[in-house]
Amino acid sequence: MFDLLELALEAAKQFGATYCDARLIEQESELIQTKNLAVALFNRADNIGMGIRVIADGGWGFASTQKLSKKAIIECARRAVEVAKASGTVMKNPVLLAAEPAWNATWISPHLIDPFTVSIDDKLEVLMAAAKTMLSVKGVTLAQGMLQFIRDDKFFANSEGSRVRQTSIRTGCMIEANASNNEDRQRRSYPCAFGQYELAGYEMVQKWDLPGHAEEIANEAVALLTAPLCPQGQVDTIIGSSQLGLQIHESMGHPSELDRALGQEINFAGASFLTPDQRGQLRYGSEIVNLVADATAPGALGSFGFDDEGVAAQCTYLVRSGMFEGYLSSRDTAHLIGLERSGGAMRAESWNFAPIIRMTNISLLPGNSGTLDDLISDTGTGLYMETNKSWSIDSMRYNFQFSTEIAWEIKNGKRGRILKNPSYSGITPVFWNTCDAICQSSEATNWGTPNCGKGQPMQTMWTGHGASPARFRKLTVGIAQS
Amino acid sequence: MLNESQCRKIIDAAIAHALSFSTKKKPIEAEVSISGSNLATSRFANNEMTQNQAPDYNVVAVRLIRDGRQARLETLDLSERGIERLVESAFEAVRLLEADKDILPLASIKELETNQKDKKKENQQEKAKNLGKEKNKEKEKNKAGDKSSDVAKQRFDSATAELTALDRAKEVGKIIKQAEEQNVSSAGVYCSGEYYTSIGNSNGLFNFHRESAAACSITITADGATSWVLEHAPKAKEVKAEVLAERAISKAKQARKPEDLPPGKYLAILEPAAVIDLLTYLWWDFSATSHIDKLSCLLDKVGEKVFGDNITVTDDVTNIHQCGSPFDGEGVQRQVVTLVENGVIKNLVHSRLSAKKMQTKTTGHSMAQPSAMGEMPLNIVIEGGISSIEDMMKQVQGDQEAVLLTRVWYVREVDPATKLLTGMTRDGTFLVKNGAIVKPVKNLRFNVSLLELLNNVIALGPSVRAAGAEGIEVPAVVPAMMVKDFNFTEGTRF
Repeated sequence: MFDLLELALEAAKQFGATYCDARLIEQESELIQTKNLAVALFNRADNIGMGIRVIADGGWGFASTQKLSKKAIIECARRAVEVAKASGTVMKNPVLLAAEPAWNATWISPHLIDPFTVSIDDKLEVLMAAAKTMLSVKGVTLAQGMLQFIRDDKFFANSEGSRVRQTSIRTGCMIEANASNNEDRQRRSYPCAFGQYELAGYEMVQKWDLPGHAEEIANEAVALLTAPLCPQGQVDTIIGSSQLGLQIHESMGHPSELDRALGQEINFAGASFLTPDQRGQLRYGSEIVNLVADATAPGALGSFGFDDEGVAAQCTYLVRSGMFEGYLSSRDTAHLIGLERSGGAMRAESWNFAPIIRMTNISLLPGNSGTLDDLISDTGTGLYMETNKSWSIDSMRYNFQFSTEIAWEIKNGKRGRILKNPSYSGITPVFWNTCDAICQSSEATNWGTPNCGKGQPMQTMWTGHGASPARFRKLTVGIAQS
Repeated sequence: MLNESQCRKIIDAAIAHALSFSTKKKPIEAEVSISGSNLATSRFANNEMTQNQAPDYNVVAVRLIRDGRQARLETLDLSERGIERLVESAFEAVRLLEADKDILPLASIKELETNQKDKKKENQQEKAKNLGKEKNKEKEKNKAGDKSSDVAKQRFDSATAELTALDRAKEVGKIIKQAEEQNVSSAGVYCSGEYYTSIGNSNGLFNFHRESAAACSITITADGATSWVLEHAPKAKEVKAEVLAERAISKAKQARKPEDLPPGKYLAILEPAAVIDLLTYLWWDFSATSHIDKLSCLLDKVGEKVFGDNITVTDDVTNIHQCGSPFDGEGVQRQVVTLVENGVIKNLVHSRLSAKKMQTKTTGHSMAQPSAMGEMPLNIVIEGGISSIEDMMKQVQGDQEAVLLTRVWYVREVDPATKLLTGMTRDGTFLVKNGAIVKPVKNLRFNVSLLELLNNVIALGPSVRAAGAEGIEVPAVVPAMMVKDFNFTEGTRF
């Protein structure tokens, strides 16, 4: 494959590119969805193509092709340079790239069982066993399941000498129980909303044991129909691990993207309250809040060996002891805030898209508040909310409102009755400054988010978020139902 | 981009190869669909180009049905051998799956012709019932239904499809020049190109549709305040970058120095972009599958009055302002369907599968099958009124206050039963008093039930093609709306 990339680099240079990188990706995927006891969707896809990104006349250009003949690749390089030269007509300053070593490397994501070697029968058996259990619970009106497997074989080369091959396997799984009556629709999903995704093989499906959790979520979905509404007010609240993962995604991950902070995404995804002048100055959270962007976390969905412009994976602090410290960055934005090197966060959905700054694994480092039961016991009176149901945040990432599938009342230090339609809201830095307890590392999970949207055209990206349950004092809850 | 004859050739070859595996005992049915796009996107921010992409792709999907089993496989390999491999892989996959009694045979031309005749008959009966009532409207609808393919074909403009990167850069250059002259910062996107979709099956069905598109959206930042505009059309000459930039610059200047507004229930004037991004959460609830699965907020409400008298909604691919393919994911022609008439829920949209389960006929709204979602009305047209935004503002008098919303952002469903949505205002939110804007206000979070909102509409503007913030490829034809009791629950810091 590298010979095809070399051809692209050489052709781009001939057409006038001063920099070029090319990515060739071969992908195979399988998606199985079940609805009750039927296969609602069985889809397999293969996909191969090359994206060529160049700088010419000081501007960026990108073109892609699914034809990999010599002629098609040269034509694609020509188009990329033509597009870059058009960009050059409306540039104030030429694009500058932060230095990065020329890498010659191979990287393979960790996995034990190649999911493409597991039979369809075995996969369906898992989903059907879970569906049968969910449907055996009186009141369940719809039982759904999903398994997804994606293998990417990615080859990268640039005109500075990098030659990198990366192979990764993404695996996702979920089940969902729905209960409806005339007045209400309730659902519970497992392991989390949208499904849990990891950079792993079929062993992760076995680990999460979908059939083993089917009865519990089915019972909860039915119980939610008759449960009391979550109250309104200012309440000490423990946010569960998977919900906190999404909270981190929206209120720390996105605002720390340097392209947003520089106004480059303001037309669609929005900007950020974390402007460069706040770096090292803003108290983002309480002393115990430490957030990292870690592209090296083994098995986490946002990990890789090298990003899509050939920068090696890194682990950097975004927030240290509550202070805003760093950004997710790229080679062409690093110098704009005085960084010598990119943080390695440029990623593209496929060969058909130019890379943009994306989250890797944005994680809250564990604390020392013991287990979830310890934290509930320590809280005395309050709420425990878990599993995302809806999420919304303003275009600067200040005001957010989340709702979760379920909440439990905490009374006398114990988990009490189930409450329906829980929601909470706040202003990002105020919220993180009320965090006074974070559970220990044994309670942490790195939650994979497979559906992060950004860019024009919209690109979907897979990111990871390590989190253990944490407590937030006097959180505003229930305003959605006001 | 592939043309009609290239698509037909690939589809015929794939079907022929699939049928070579067919036996008398276990016959095979094959459906092949191809789609592709070369929509190119030039992005700019801080008054310069930041990203410029010219992608290109074609994807082929094969759905095989054999012995009560079905599988769908996709590939980008359009070579003869690539297509053969795809069919062979689908054949292997379909053998491994369990039989499902719900799987239908593929659509046939005969079935679709019968369906069309039945639909015409139903329309005539309906017309007879409503004789004298809405005579002209029904006549127009039936006429449009007959001409669906013709209307859709008019959506291709070769000049738009052939715009170059330099053409797009020139449009971007005009916007940047205006922004620099006014000392403001511009960001946005100009995109252009074409896309197509084609489908054929072993029962002889074949359809092809291609369409051109141009879109320009602009965000202007002036002293920290922002504004936003978007225009989307099948023809680039209808997308006037300079006019859009002028409008955006003017609004951004008006939005400077916003003040806090206390949360509460207000009269709200929603520009069309805000209307589309809110109401888009309601459309799947008209999908028959959402009723079969007991997920819709409109369960058991067909025939009932759910919304205000002034709410009438159709799904109409033939509308001159609409876009998209005139056939659905099974190759069935999309019917014009009245979803809501004067507040009464009139119809759901169907695929062939949901139609069978509910003992009716498909309306041609199937997603690519198999699909867990089932169907979707993709060509929404909301009947408008005669009030301009200025007229609506003039209605705000005395002690009244209204909030004018340019667009909404990050709208999500909080409660599916009541269709409670939350979201934020964005890019130009203003307080209106005594018939005019009195000041810009900081953005607000809202929590609003669509079931309530569509009973609270007190004025409608003319329906226009509009696209929302989160999906510029899927416009709808919607009016501006003035609504009462719009529930703002919190503010933010800008």
